[in-house]
Amino acid sequence: MTGREASPLSGGARLRRRRAASAGAELLSLLAAFVAVAVLVVVVVSIFLKGAGALSVHLFTRTPVPFGETGGGIEQALIGTAELVALATSIALPAGVLVAVYAHEFAPAGVARLVRLCLNVLAGVPTIVVGILVFTLMVKGSGQSGWAGALALSIIMVPLVARGSEEVLAVVPATLREASLALGATRARTVLRVVLPTAVGGIVTATILAVARVAGETAPLLFTSSIAATTVNTDPQRPLASVALSIFADSESPDPHAHQEAWAAAFVLLVFVLAISIGARLVASRARGGRLR
Amino acid sequence: MKTRSETSLTPARDAAPSEGLLSQPAALDVLFEQRSPAEAEPLEPVLEARAVTVRYGAAVAVSDVSLDVHRNRVTAFIGPSGCGKTTLLRTFNRMNDLVPGAVVSGRVAYHGVDVNGAGVDPIEVRRRIGMVFQRPNPFPKSVFDNVAFGLRLHGLKDDLSGRVEEALRRAALWDEVKDRLGKNALGLSGGQQQRLCIARALAVEPDLLLMDEPASALDPISTTRIEDLLRELRSQVTIVIVTHNMQQAARVADLTAFFSVEPTGGDEHERGGVLIEYGPTEQLFTRPADRRTEDYVTGRFG
Amino acid sequence: MARLPLPARRRSWPVRHPGDLAMHGIAGLAAAGTILVLVLLTVQVFRQARPAISRFGAAFVWSTDWNPVTNAFGARDLIWGTAVTSLAAVLAAVPLAVAAALFLTELAPARAAAPIRTLVELLAAIPSVVLGLWGILVLGPVLAQHVEPWLGSTLGFIPLFSGAPSPAGLLPACVILTIMVVPIVAAISREVFLTVPADLKDGAYALGATRWEVVRGVVLPHSAAGLTAAVILGLGRALGEAIAVTQVIGGTAAFHASLFGPADTLASRIASQYQGAVSDIQIASIAFLAAILLVFSLVANVGAGLVVGRLQRRRLGVR
Repeated sequence: MTGREASPLSGGARLRRRRAASAGAELLSLLAAFVAVAVLVVVVVSIFLKGAGALSVHLFTRTPVPFGETGGGIEQALIGTAELVALATSIALPAGVLVAVYAHEFAPAGVARLVRLCLNVLAGVPTIVVGILVFTLMVKGSGQSGWAGALALSIIMVPLVARGSEEVLAVVPATLREASLALGATRARTVLRVVLPTAVGGIVTATILAVARVAGETAPLLFTSSIAATTVNTDPQRPLASVALSIFADSESPDPHAHQEAWAAAFVLLVFVLAISIGARLVASRARGGRLR
Repeated sequence: MKTRSETSLTPARDAAPSEGLLSQPAALDVLFEQRSPAEAEPLEPVLEARAVTVRYGAAVAVSDVSLDVHRNRVTAFIGPSGCGKTTLLRTFNRMNDLVPGAVVSGRVAYHGVDVNGAGVDPIEVRRRIGMVFQRPNPFPKSVFDNVAFGLRLHGLKDDLSGRVEEALRRAALWDEVKDRLGKNALGLSGGQQQRLCIARALAVEPDLLLMDEPASALDPISTTRIEDLLRELRSQVTIVIVTHNMQQAARVADLTAFFSVEPTGGDEHERGGVLIEYGPTEQLFTRPADRRTEDYVTGRFG
Repeated sequence: MARLPLPARRRSWPVRHPGDLAMHGIAGLAAAGTILVLVLLTVQVFRQARPAISRFGAAFVWSTDWNPVTNAFGARDLIWGTAVTSLAAVLAAVPLAVAAALFLTELAPARAAAPIRTLVELLAAIPSVVLGLWGILVLGPVLAQHVEPWLGSTLGFIPLFSGAPSPAGLLPACVILTIMVVPIVAAISREVFLTVPADLKDGAYALGATRWEVVRGVVLPHSAAGLTAAVILGLGRALGEAIAVTQVIGGTAAFHASLFGPADTLASRIASQYQGAVSDIQIASIAFLAAILLVFSLVANVGAGLVVGRLQRRRLGVR
């Protein structure tokens, strides 16, 4: 067989068409990424503009005022949200880590797979349905309470904490476990003294991201901790107010003052959520020594 | 054949000094008359590399390499890991374009045309210069669609099944797969998958085939089949094969280039792949001109 | 029995020490708790819904009433609203999200891809109540004043785009849900694309394929299962979103083809009834809505979870 004669390597009309098709597709994908980022920018900037204008120190230091009046705040909601999230975290953090430890360190492969599937399914259950569950368990009969709200939030947090924790347990080197076991440590001690301390950064990141998520959750609180007093309450036996529900109620209100308060509260909530989401990613990427994740 | 390659691995003590790194027509013709008189056609460069240097960021992978690849010959690139063999190979069909941070300087001319020149489309280059990879990488499609993939891309759709059959025959795979053309290619054995990848590359009729350690992931029997195939294909296409396996180079290659990792430039710590010696395979293995080549082919190299 | 002294990866260690036993037990209880929560969800929601199930039966699904005075309840219009908003959101979000994920994995230089990816995924961090507030006070009026009249005058012959513009209704709900679904589908698609072996892409490039031909011929076929899971999970998110939809959809059960008018979905109806439910049968009917929603989401998530679980295990390097 004789070799092909040297002919131009520039390609013909067909290749030009294929190139054009590829360039078109590449442009569309660039455009899609641009649109996705632009949506974030538009939403965040417009909330910042509206919220910053409505912001005042009263928001943090006062409780709501009657319909039509101005100068009220959401102090009780800020305190309530902090308490709800703290209670939920105190349930979900240990539970989530234990589930991850079980799935990754103890469970037989089949059981671990089942647990992971359950976590994924639980993460996908509509949060309002989680609220209904807690309503049937705790609220029916005895009424709403901060505990009920915190339990609902913790059910949403557990799969987030557990999945995040298992990701970091998976990257703890097997040699570390072996070294500990070779020194005669029990498996429990190995997990407590070697595996978890190595994974603690990742577990903290996962927990912070879960906090960011539930701090803005509204639906699970509707049936569990929504009928709260407009004064400051820290007793979880009674319903606790929350920032998310304040925004929800204000946004449904026909009162323009309420809208202003909603914008200001949304601004505070969004700044909090975005700041800790970005912060957690930065910490995680620094720990990984690489790029933003 | 076997005997020749075994004896050729014993280096002669009275090594004659090499006259240069590039082609040495007189010496080569003698060798080819010995091996196979019918193939003693004159050497004709298909691809000429001149002063090729490849950098990944600050690291030099290939430093100032010049060599010719000759028509209808099998050329082997050998040398230790990290000596830039694969990187050099990937400059020939501009696959390094796809590696972020890779910068190629120097000139690679294919039939006299600079493949990095203005107006040259890397897609056209890759169509003319086929490539087979270290690990078999058939697409998760049917055997037929694997071979037809390139044909469809380039609009070679007339007599598609004829072209597919022809490519599979050239890759010595037709008899094994003719009854399962519609089956997923991932169901083939590793050796069959690699021959499928060779068929896939041959289907678009390249005149130069680059093979990056094509047998390193295969068992000995599959490796033998690939080597037999290379010897058959030599009459149809020009082949460059990167290999870690010196015996393999000795068995299949007409010409062999030995690369090593050496200091490049002024800095002591700056090391990169350089071409040490290039010549007829038998000469390189029996009468290496350079002591480093001799150390490597005798196994004294770490 | 002879055992290797220290196997690198043991899935189940034999229990010997009391401390190990205790830890295994406690961790196992936590895991069992997760499974229990799922079981409880199903049992409790259906138990709560039982009065409505026994009273209305399957007719609940196609009955249109929602009248607390006469205690007649049905879900047809809500199912319609849910279907329209979720499907529209997924149809709009999936091409956008998949294309953006392709940009991140196949096109963007690593230095640009990392921050863009973070920004896209931060969309998912915006609380739904905040997005809903933006939807009703900013997006809704813009749609009603500028977009809907234009759609109506140019595409009004299609029933979807007929009717009077309104700041609250199906269209803003679709847009808000699209914004929520995009980051989910983009994040999963990106992970799926990253699992396509570089070998395969190199093989296609070496045959002279363009970037788009590599994506169409190798990347997308290899990712089909994972992308299906991404779409299902996106759909699950859209089906179950209660708060933001409640804020923007108008809260009127109505069966109309127009995207402009107010409507309601299963989840938003549940949310809007949180203070108003008085009779047992109304609470049971709300639970019935929740049960329908739960069944949808369980089916979607178990299906997608099986696929995603396989991807996760591949990444975690476990079986």
